[in-house]
Amino acid sequence: MAGQEALTSAPLAGGLRFANAGGGATGRPPVSRAGEALGIVYYSSASLNTHRFVAKLGWPAERIPPPASGRQLVVSGPYVLIVPTYGGGHDSAAVPRPVIGFLNHEPNRAWLRGVIASGNTNFGTAYGLAGDIVAAKCQVPCLAKFELMGTPCDVRRVRDGLTEWWTNQ
Amino acid sequence: MRAVSAETKGEHMSGVESGAESGAETARPVEAIDWNRIEDDVDLAVWDRLTGNFWLPEKVPLSNDLPSWQTLTPDEQELTNRVFAGLTLLDTIQGTVGAVSLIGDALTPHEAAVYTNIAFMESVHAKSYSSIFSTLCSTPQIDEAFAWARANQRLQRKAAIVLERYNGTDPLAKKVASTLLESFLFYSGFYLPLHWSSRAKLTNTADIIRLIIRDEAVHGYYIGYKFQRGLALGAAARREELQDLTYDLLLELYDNEVAYTRDLYEPVGLTDDVTRFLRYNANKALMNLGFEALFPADETAVNPAILSALSPGADENHDFFSGSGSSYVIGRIVPTEDDDWAF
Repeated sequence: MAGQEALTSAPLAGGLRFANAGGGATGRPPVSRAGEALGIVYYSSASLNTHRFVAKLGWPAERIPPPASGRQLVVSGPYVLIVPTYGGGHDSAAVPRPVIGFLNHEPNRAWLRGVIASGNTNFGTAYGLAGDIVAAKCQVPCLAKFELMGTPCDVRRVRDGLTEWWTNQ
Repeated sequence: MRAVSAETKGEHMSGVESGAESGAETARPVEAIDWNRIEDDVDLAVWDRLTGNFWLPEKVPLSNDLPSWQTLTPDEQELTNRVFAGLTLLDTIQGTVGAVSLIGDALTPHEAAVYTNIAFMESVHAKSYSSIFSTLCSTPQIDEAFAWARANQRLQRKAAIVLERYNGTDPLAKKVASTLLESFLFYSGFYLPLHWSSRAKLTNTADIIRLIIRDEAVHGYYIGYKFQRGLALGAAARREELQDLTYDLLLELYDNEVAYTRDLYEPVGLTDDVTRFLRYNANKALMNLGFEALFPADETAVNPAILSALSPGADENHDFFSGSGSSYVIGRIVPTEDDDWAF
């Protein structure tokens, strides 16, 4: 567990550029029938896989800060959580600790509408397990899974899926 | 060969090198590895993961596969042996040359230690195929498989392409080749035991293969991550050069891999199915290196039976978005400690 925790305080690999980042949040997020825009909250470790996926998604997004920063992210509107699966096949370590800390804050839990998990099918039944765990704990749907930083097809699937789902809420 | 660039020189070993060259008086002392002073947290996290995942083939009851081995035709048995001999060759290279060649370029002493773990585990993988052989096969069958591995030009060429990079002087090109081996080159071989497993054959052998596949995921992730760390220290031109090198090397290996696949699988009519699996894993290898996937979705749709064999006992894949939206299944509950989830 200590190792998993340590992952989160690693500094970002400086100088990395993202092929399809498009300058960050240029796209407009889907809006529900009640007029609420869908937020994105994500966690990404030093590998930046999830960060890259979110950049490709192109919607405004908040990154859960590493514990070492001493900052706590507090959300104030409905959002979907995008979370990488840790643990390399060990179920108990699947959800990154900073994500657990974030969800332990009640308002953050109250605004959670769904979860999307990344992972690697090489880990078999533990593929994207963080999504299943958060879904069960917080009683929200696990909306999608994708591998590593996501293929262009994964990005389209999630963007289209979230849009259709949220605009009908 | 290009010169070793400053950004990726194994700084922590420089004291050892200068000691050899300039005598004891001016030499920096040789540094002992201190695991209580971590420079890159990923080193410790991956070390813990790899040691936590440690396994040996002796723990898997391979002899239970003997009855189903006897149901394979002689041709199917021969194919299986050749596939495993090919995998043994790759593990041999990775254990004794590939992972070892990365040690001198490590940016931290802990990174060097992780490579020693990876090298050893690759040797465990190589030995596990010998356990499978000795359990299922006769000596003439085993000898035939190794002779085939020695003689098959596609397999030898695959080895030669990778070894050329491993014996080169560019630390980041070595990591590219290593990640492609870990995350792409194995999969023409991994396909077959997953295929047998999907037909309830050689299921204990498949247990070993799944343990290997899990290890290779961590190896590919880590070496690809270290590649990206090295890349981030370099100039933009260097990044472009290595991106071109990566795609060129992948395509060179892919062409050879398709021919290798045809050599093996054409007689059993599985070539197309295997090459889809190859392209799917080629995309994942690229992503481990931080590059965009190359092959489009319709060329990488892996046979669902193979994906299921990767994940035995799992529920069916529920796609929330393409379903009605009301029938999603809440994931299985995993026990977590109360401290973790204080609500």
